[in-house]
Amino acid sequence: MNQSNTQRAAPLENIDVWQSVCSQQDLVNDSGVVVWLDGAQVALFYLPGAEGKNLYAIDNHDPQSGANVIGRGLIGSIKGDLVVASPIYKQHFRLEDGSCLEYPQQRLRVWPVRLNEGQVEVGVT
Amino acid sequence: MNSNVAALNKHQTLIVIGNGMVGHHCVEQLIERGALERYRLHVFSEEPMRAYDRVHLSEYFSGRDAESLALSDASLYQTPGVTLHLGVPVLEIDRERRQVITSQGCFTYDKLVLATGSYPFVPPIEGAEGDSRLVYRTLEDLDAIRAAAANAKRGVVVGGGLLGLEAANALKSLGLEAHVVEFAPRLMPVQLDDLGGLALKAQIERLGVGVHLSRATQSISAGEQYRYRMNFANDEFLETDLIVFSAGIRAQDALARQCALEIGPRGGVVIDDTCLSCDPNIYAIGECASWNGSLFGLVAPGYQMARSVAARLCDDAAEPFQGADMSTKLKLLGVDVGSIGDAHANTPGARSYQFIDETTASYRRLVVDASGKHVLGAVLIGDNSYYDTLLQYMQNAIALPSEPAALILPSSEGAPTLGPGALPEAATICSCHNVTKGAICSAIDGGCTDLGLLKSQTKACTGCGGCAGLLKQVFEHELIARGVSVDKSLCEHFAYTRQELYALVRVEGVITFEELLAKHGRGHTGCDVCKPAVGSILASCWNQPIMDPSLVPLQDTNDTFMANMQKNGTYSVVPRIPGGEITADKLIAIGVVAKKYDLYTKITGGQRIDLFGAQLHELPDIWAELIEAGFETGHAYGKSTRTVKSCVGSTWCRYGVQDSVQMALTIEDRYKGLRSPHKLKFAVSGCTRECAEAQSKDVGVIATEKGWNLYIAGNGGMRPRHAELFATDLDDATLIRYIDRFLMFYIRTADKLQRTSVWRESLEGGLDYLKDVIIHDSLGLGAELESQMQLVVNRYECEWANALKDPEKLKRFRTFVNDKRPDPDIHFVQERGQRRPIMAAELNLIPVTEESV
Repeated sequence: MNQSNTQRAAPLENIDVWQSVCSQQDLVNDSGVVVWLDGAQVALFYLPGAEGKNLYAIDNHDPQSGANVIGRGLIGSIKGDLVVASPIYKQHFRLEDGSCLEYPQQRLRVWPVRLNEGQVEVGVT
Repeated sequence: MNSNVAALNKHQTLIVIGNGMVGHHCVEQLIERGALERYRLHVFSEEPMRAYDRVHLSEYFSGRDAESLALSDASLYQTPGVTLHLGVPVLEIDRERRQVITSQGCFTYDKLVLATGSYPFVPPIEGAEGDSRLVYRTLEDLDAIRAAAANAKRGVVVGGGLLGLEAANALKSLGLEAHVVEFAPRLMPVQLDDLGGLALKAQIERLGVGVHLSRATQSISAGEQYRYRMNFANDEFLETDLIVFSAGIRAQDALARQCALEIGPRGGVVIDDTCLSCDPNIYAIGECASWNGSLFGLVAPGYQMARSVAARLCDDAAEPFQGADMSTKLKLLGVDVGSIGDAHANTPGARSYQFIDETTASYRRLVVDASGKHVLGAVLIGDNSYYDTLLQYMQNAIALPSEPAALILPSSEGAPTLGPGALPEAATICSCHNVTKGAICSAIDGGCTDLGLLKSQTKACTGCGGCAGLLKQVFEHELIARGVSVDKSLCEHFAYTRQELYALVRVEGVITFEELLAKHGRGHTGCDVCKPAVGSILASCWNQPIMDPSLVPLQDTNDTFMANMQKNGTYSVVPRIPGGEITADKLIAIGVVAKKYDLYTKITGGQRIDLFGAQLHELPDIWAELIEAGFETGHAYGKSTRTVKSCVGSTWCRYGVQDSVQMALTIEDRYKGLRSPHKLKFAVSGCTRECAEAQSKDVGVIATEKGWNLYIAGNGGMRPRHAELFATDLDDATLIRYIDRFLMFYIRTADKLQRTSVWRESLEGGLDYLKDVIIHDSLGLGAELESQMQLVVNRYECEWANALKDPEKLKRFRTFVNDKRPDPDIHFVQERGQRRPIMAAELNLIPVTEESV
């Protein structure tokens, strides 16, 4: 359990920098793109029609296949949770916290992310 | 006797002689009822193998071994308090001393159960010995038959009853030419009437088994062409290499006779309703018992007796044995045979309905009582789907419908069945284990919602298995009645099946997922089940480019990036090579691209070339070069038309009768880009030699002298299915018209991810129905299906060419949208002159360059 806690999104007050990663134009509606962030691969999912939060940043690395493919997964909602399905073995991860619906031991890192004057910014601690 | 001694001797000794199916069932019942608290149980078996399934004995010759025929786990007989003496025949019973005498010594009993079964009756015939006097009863008998069959070509079974036909099946599965010789003028004289016997004879003869009726074997002598000659009356004879006698059974009552128990008029230990013999400490059950002058040669009444005795020995409430229904349903030599109740209409005033179909040699007879209200019996040959319903009518005295003949007449919707809801709680579903509908309902009420679990909890369907169909019906009916219905919704967002959504999209002209979700779904997002399914329906109907912004989010990754994702996240690329025909220049062009991007190259089963190992950002460049060289996308990534395989046909081949390559090109050009519930594969062969393997495809076309034969719904893969011949000698235009209709009808009515093969098998009315719809236009849909197909054909556009023209669409083909580097975690190694993905175990072999600045 400790491990998953350390992978949780950093609380907003701990964010040192909002780092700009790409422009809003680079996003694809209702789908994913991937950015390079100092050695990490971050998948960005943009749901312009969603009520409330509409932009998510989650690890691109699929722990089951070992491939960097999460950003190419399909977005859906399952029992109220927004999820992305890995394109290889189809397991689902919650966009909110990176937890896996099928395998509790798989958990993806998530980052705080925001739109700021046409730029996508990821919170880095 | 003081109490201490009583405590030491608290266990009585219970001995069961015989470990056949009935003896075994008695032991099982005893253990289950807690008999081991009061008895030490000893079981003696003459045979060296613990109880096995004699009902399915002939499967011993078709692959099952002795262990798999065993009725229980070996551990049952290792339960403390139970001793199984295998291969130890009981020689004598001493009723005075209450002892059984065996070669291993004497055993004293308090209670004794005889379950010695029966033995095959062999009529005294001169010359019958060795291989001309085989029997069919035990595994040892079967081993003897197998040995005799080793050098034999023909085998004869004497006896055309139920067991005799089983034995004939066994000979047939040993590869022998099998014959049945029956003394009576018809087969299965006990269970069948004359017409039933005739129908069964016709069916069995079609299977290549010789049937000789009204023949009494008088002697057996040396044969001329075969080892033996069986001599009948009137100088008739039949030659054979081996003879199996199955002319009836006799109760195995030798021990009972030796110890002077009362014996019935036709043999067997006389028992009362409690299965007790004339000795108050000795019970008899199964085929060795004679109740009311009758012997019972079926397993179900034997089990009834076993249950009754076990209950009585445990002081549980025991149902008295009051005779048994000898109704039976079997598959003999692959032919359905059913006999219920008074099959011969012997009841005074009984009347019959009969149905005869000479083309298939099917026969059904329904016997009703004088009032015409109740079923007394039935005979079924060729189709046992009527059995369960008729048996329930008889057993539960359910009032017949106004037109009883309907119960045995073929109807367009298959056999009419008595709904499981109409059965009373007391209706017996499984007669082997006496499981009623009420018992099944209470198991379901107790929380059992799994059919397998239900079987193990209630034991239903674990005897002969004949009630499997009925049990499933009752189970599903009761689940639905309790609101546990089988949910056919696509997913949580759409309470519709794929077929229903297809109809909505068509009828309302829906062109986006959002519109469909808003009108007929729940939520705003959808999921990875409904999005691709709806994307496929929209594409099948309207064929808009899948890279259009509203359609992109619907596609699975392969359709989104128009390539096939492989295990390491790279893609493979398959350009279309129509009909497998390709010029040297185009081959070179593929080679140049593969070399430039260092792609692993492999020929596919569909006569194309697959290029592996491309990263996301490389796809547009690769496709720009392929399109420049004249290629189109091959849709290898889609649930859509894949390939049309062909042979070279009449152009080159000396056997070809039509130009199969040209036809393959026509078909591939017409249907390329067609999206459907699952992938579609085609093939065209230029002659009957079928080099293109068209009969394993969804649509197969084989040239004839006069045109084309069309095959449909074939499949390779995990569950191969031969395509079925659909229409013959078609001209080109008719062939295309039928394929148009067939494919659009499939797209319209199939479930999601359902191949044509499974779809076809699920169609009510089967191939004939499909022919009516496609060829005879019975639904009046022909023109509509054709025009829908024409719309899809007209709108075809190479998706890759479309995407390359649009910078917005190309935005997605970036590994990182903020960085030009490739994915640094993708590694390859060289193997057989090409590169392949590195295995996890090889990762630590990658040389790591140390930064030394």
